[in-house]
Amino acid sequence: MARLLSSRWAIVLGLGLVLAALPFLFPSNYYFRVAAIVNIFALAAVGLNLLMGYAGQVSLGHAGFMGLGAYSVAIGATHFGLHGLAAAGIGAVLSGLVAFLVGRPILRLKGHYLAVATLGFGLLIAMALTNEASWTGGPDGMGVPRLEVFGTRLRGPDTWYYISAGVLLLGVMLALNLIESPTGRAMRAIHDSEIASRVAGIDVASYKLKIFVVSAVYASVAGSLMAFLNGHITPDGTAGFLRSVELVTMVVLGGLGSIIGAIAGAAVLVILPQALTIFHDYEHLMLGLMIMASMILLPRGIVPSLLARLRGGKS
Amino acid sequence: MPELLQFAFSGLTVGAVYALVALGFTLIYNASDVVNFAQGEFVMLGGMATVFLHLAGVPLPMAAALAILITVGVGLALYAFAIDPARGSSAVTIIIITIGASIFLRGVAQVVFDKRFHALPHWFGSDPIRIGGAAILPQSLVVLFGAGLIVALIFLIIDRTLLGRAILATAANRLAARLVGIPVRKIVALSFALSAAIGAVAGILVTPITLTSYDVGTLLALKGFAAAMLGGMGSAVGAVVGGLLLGLAESFGAGLISSKYKDAIAFLIILGVLFVRPQGLFGKRSVERV
Amino acid sequence: MSAPLLETENLSIAFGGVKAVDGVSLKVQPRRIHSIIGPNGAGKTTLFNLISGLYQPSSGRVRLAGEDVTGLPPDALARRGLSRSFQNLQIFFRMSALDNVMVGRHQHEKTSLLSHVFALPSVSRENARSREMAMALLERVGLADLAGKEAGSLSYGALKRLEIARALATEPRILLLDEPAAGCNAIETEEIDRVIQSVAASGIAVLLVEHDMRLVMRISDEILVLERGRTLVSGTPAEVRDDPRVIAAYLGTFGSAEANRA
Repeated sequence: MARLLSSRWAIVLGLGLVLAALPFLFPSNYYFRVAAIVNIFALAAVGLNLLMGYAGQVSLGHAGFMGLGAYSVAIGATHFGLHGLAAAGIGAVLSGLVAFLVGRPILRLKGHYLAVATLGFGLLIAMALTNEASWTGGPDGMGVPRLEVFGTRLRGPDTWYYISAGVLLLGVMLALNLIESPTGRAMRAIHDSEIASRVAGIDVASYKLKIFVVSAVYASVAGSLMAFLNGHITPDGTAGFLRSVELVTMVVLGGLGSIIGAIAGAAVLVILPQALTIFHDYEHLMLGLMIMASMILLPRGIVPSLLARLRGGKS
Repeated sequence: MPELLQFAFSGLTVGAVYALVALGFTLIYNASDVVNFAQGEFVMLGGMATVFLHLAGVPLPMAAALAILITVGVGLALYAFAIDPARGSSAVTIIIITIGASIFLRGVAQVVFDKRFHALPHWFGSDPIRIGGAAILPQSLVVLFGAGLIVALIFLIIDRTLLGRAILATAANRLAARLVGIPVRKIVALSFALSAAIGAVAGILVTPITLTSYDVGTLLALKGFAAAMLGGMGSAVGAVVGGLLLGLAESFGAGLISSKYKDAIAFLIILGVLFVRPQGLFGKRSVERV
Repeated sequence: MSAPLLETENLSIAFGGVKAVDGVSLKVQPRRIHSIIGPNGAGKTTLFNLISGLYQPSSGRVRLAGEDVTGLPPDALARRGLSRSFQNLQIFFRMSALDNVMVGRHQHEKTSLLSHVFALPSVSRENARSREMAMALLERVGLADLAGKEAGSLSYGALKRLEIARALATEPRILLLDEPAAGCNAIETEEIDRVIQSVAASGIAVLLVEHDMRLVMRISDEILVLERGRTLVSGTPAEVRDDPRVIAAYLGTFGSAEANRA
C-alpha cells in the first residue's frame, strides 16, 4: 500500500514536471496550442478511462458531454451574460445530471448494445446542437466570448496551455484518489465479476451510474476548456461522432485502466494528425488506419505494453 | 389521404435500403458475432464506384457489375486485414476496428473519388407514376423489387443449400461447427463478401433517387443497425421487417412531426427497443447462466 | 428451538416448463450447519441461486430473520446479512487476494464518493480499517502469506478459501457455501472443514452444498436430500444415512461412508 500511495504521488509529480518543462521546448505559439488541445482531450480521456478501464463500461457518445460543456460556456455567455467560469460550472452540473438521467437505463445494457445506445445518445446531442440554430448557431457553430478573470482577458494559447495543464493535473490527481478508494475497489470488482460484486454487497447499477456521471463531468469540463481555447465551437468539432470515436480510441490505445495511458493516447491521436496536415485530404484515411492499427497491433494499449516489456526485461 | 400514401411510398423505398443494410449486418453478425459498422460504406462504394466507372466511359450495367465486384473485394479485404487478425478481441475492440475501417474507407473514397454529390440515371425514366393521388418514381419500384429479389435469394441460399446450412451451423455454435468440419473462417469470409455485395446492390439501386457521396455510409450503417436491432439481432426476417418499419417511421415522422429530427428517429427507436424489448421483434430472449 | 434465521417456503422455479426446484421448504438456525445433498442436476445450485437473489422464484417465499426477502437482489441480501460462495468460483482475478477480501468490506465502508475523490483523511482511515479486517480474515482461512498475490495466480484450493474469506468480510448472519471442498486435496479439505466449523461456532448459520459425503456427515447438524428439484428426505445425518429411500437413491454409498467425490 505504501508503494501504491507513493506511486500515486510519483505519477502526479512526474506529470507536473513534464507539463512544466514542455514549454521550454516550444518554439512557437502553435506548439502551445497543440499541447493545450492534448491536455484537454487527455482530461476527457482520463475520465472516460475511469468508466471503460475500471468500471468496464464503454461509451461511444462521450463527446456529447464535451459538447454540453462547450455549448454551456458559449450559450451561457452569449444568451444569458453569465461569467465563463459560472457557465462552465453549470455545464458540468448539467452534464452530470444528463448522465444521471440517461445512465440508469443505458447502463443496464451490455456489449454491442451498450456501445450502440451510447452512440445513439451522443448523436442525439450533436443533432440537437446542429438543429437548434437560434441557440447554437447551427452547423457553423458560434463564437465564445473570451474569459475574463480579475480584469484580465485570457486569450493566448500559452495561457490556456498552463490553465489546461493545471486542470489536467487536478483531474489526474482526483482520478487516482478515486481509484485508491473503496469506490475504486468496487469499480475494479465490477469489471472483474458483476455477480461476485453483487454478492459482496455492491449495488452494481448505482456504481456504474456514479462513474458514468463522474466521467461525464470530466468530459464536460474538457469541452468548456476547448470552447475557451478556440473561441469558436461547432457541433461536429465538440460533440460529433468522430470525436466520441477518437476519445474511445485514446483510452484503448493508451491502455485501459492506465491513467498515464489515457494521456499518452490523447497525445498520439492529437499530435499525429497535426504532423500529417500536409496530407490534408488524407486526414480521414490516416485516422481510420491509426484506429484500426492500434486496435489490432496494440490491443492492450501503449503504456501497459511498455510496462510489460520493461518488467519482462528486468526479471 | 394522398400525402399519407406518399409517406408510405417513400418510407418503403428508403426502408428497403435499410432492410438490405440490416440484412448484411445480420449475415456477418450471425457468422462471426462482429457488429460491422463499415456496412454503410459498402452501400457508398457500390454507388460511387458505379458513378465513376460510368463517368470513365464504362457502360452502366458493366459499371454496376464491376462496382459490385470491387465492393466484394473490399469486404473480403476488410475481413482478412482488419477482422481476422483481431480474432478473440472483445466486442468493443472489434466495433472500434470496424468504425476505424468505416472512417478509412470514407477517407479513401474522398481521395479516389471526390467530395461532391453524384447521381445515376433512373432506369425507367423519372416521370412519376400516379397512384391514388400520390406520386411514385419508377425507380422506387426498382428499389423495392430489387430488394425483394435479393432478400428472396438470400433466404433461398440459407434455406436450401449446403452453404446455407453451414452458415446456420456456424451461427448457432462456432466451435461445434468447426468440430464437424465446417471451414468456419471461410464461412465468415463468405459472409463478408455476401454482405458487401448486398450493400453494393442497395447503393446502385437507390443512388438515382437519393444521390450518393463519400460520406453517406455512416448514417446508413447506424440506421441499418437500428433496423436490425428493431427486428432482433441475428434474425434475417427481423432485419427486413425492421428496415421497412424504420423507413416508414422516418417518413411519417418527418412528414407529420418534424423533418429537422428525421435522423433522430432511428436512434430514438434504438433506445426505445433496448429499454422495452432488447431482444427486438423477432429475436430470442437469452438467459444468463451463473 | 429459536426462530429460524433463513426460511424458505415452497420455493419453486421452472426453466422452460422443467421444474428445477419444486416446492422446497427449509429452515436454517444460527450456529447450525445445514447441508443439501443430492445427485448432479438435483437443483442444489439453483436453490442457492434462488435464495441468494440471482434467480427470481416462480413461486414460494424466502424469509431472512423473519423478513420476506423474496426477489431482492443479491446486494440487498448482502446488506441484510446473507453471503455465499460459488461452485465455479467468482473471484476478482485481476485484484490481489487482499483486495478481494477488502471488496467484501464494501457495505461497511461509509465514506462518500466526494470524500473518495478528494482523498479526505477519513478515507485512508477507513481503508486502513478494511485492510486490517481483511488481513485477519485471510489469516483465519490460512492465506495470510498470499495477501499481496494477484488472485489469478492462486491455486484452486486457495481460491475456494479466498471466496469464503470474502464472504465472511461482509459479516454475514448466514453463509451459503456451494461445494467449498470440490477439487481440494485432503489437507485443503481439512482446512475448509475447520473454517466451516469455526464459522458456525461464531454464531453464523451455514447452508452447505457439498459432494464430499464424509465431510457432510461429520459436520452437518441437519441434511436435506434433493432429488429432481424436490425434497426427498430431511433430517439429522444419522436419520438420512439410514433412510431406505436415500439408500435406494444412492445405491448405498452412505452406508459404507465412502467418500463420494462426484
